[in-house]
Amino acid sequence: MPNPLDSLWGIVILGVVATFALYRFAAWLMGG
Amino acid sequence: MDYVPAISRWIHLLAGIMWLGLLYYFNFVQVGALKAAQADGSAGAIMKYVAPRALFYFRWSAVLTWLAGAALLGADFGNAFMLRPTHAAIGIGAWLGTIMLINVWFLIWPCQKKLLGLVDASEDEKARARRVAYVVSRINTVLSFPMLFFMAAGAHGAIYFG
Repeated sequence: MPNPLDSLWGIVILGVVATFALYRFAAWLMGG
Repeated sequence: MDYVPAISRWIHLLAGIMWLGLLYYFNFVQVGALKAAQADGSAGAIMKYVAPRALFYFRWSAVLTWLAGAALLGADFGNAFMLRPTHAAIGIGAWLGTIMLINVWFLIWPCQKKLLGLVDASEDEKARARRVAYVVSRINTVLSFPMLFFMAAGAHGAIYFG
């Protein structure tokens, strides 16, 4: 399986996924 | 007007743009350019004249960004890094920026010193340093997406609190 970090699209998609995951984490921290 | 937050925010933005601009330059421009330049034997000039200058501004703008950010947090520094509910959004942004700073100084720069010939390294060590610097630089680019969301796009939690 190719490493997604080797693709520019891979790092963009990982960045967006990480943003959504941390958005949910922040909501959880705030008790939402 | 409170001068410390205003000036520290200004410096934070200026230095942060320089840091991330150079990070994106490395990831979106220089990596591909070096690969193409190696094919026709002209990569030496990039490594000799461009990369050291870019890395100088890259690593020091990272430090300045973090210091200005810490000054901007001021008395909220602890609340942010403790991820208290009222400061969770900016706290996550601050943690991401801090992890990125650590990556620059403790992983990327030591590897680049080997690649630029500033410290002695065998060919095996250079090959490993090239891969580590590349992967960590890619990871920092990934982390910059949520970091900028929590620092700027999410307006420090406005997305949650309206």
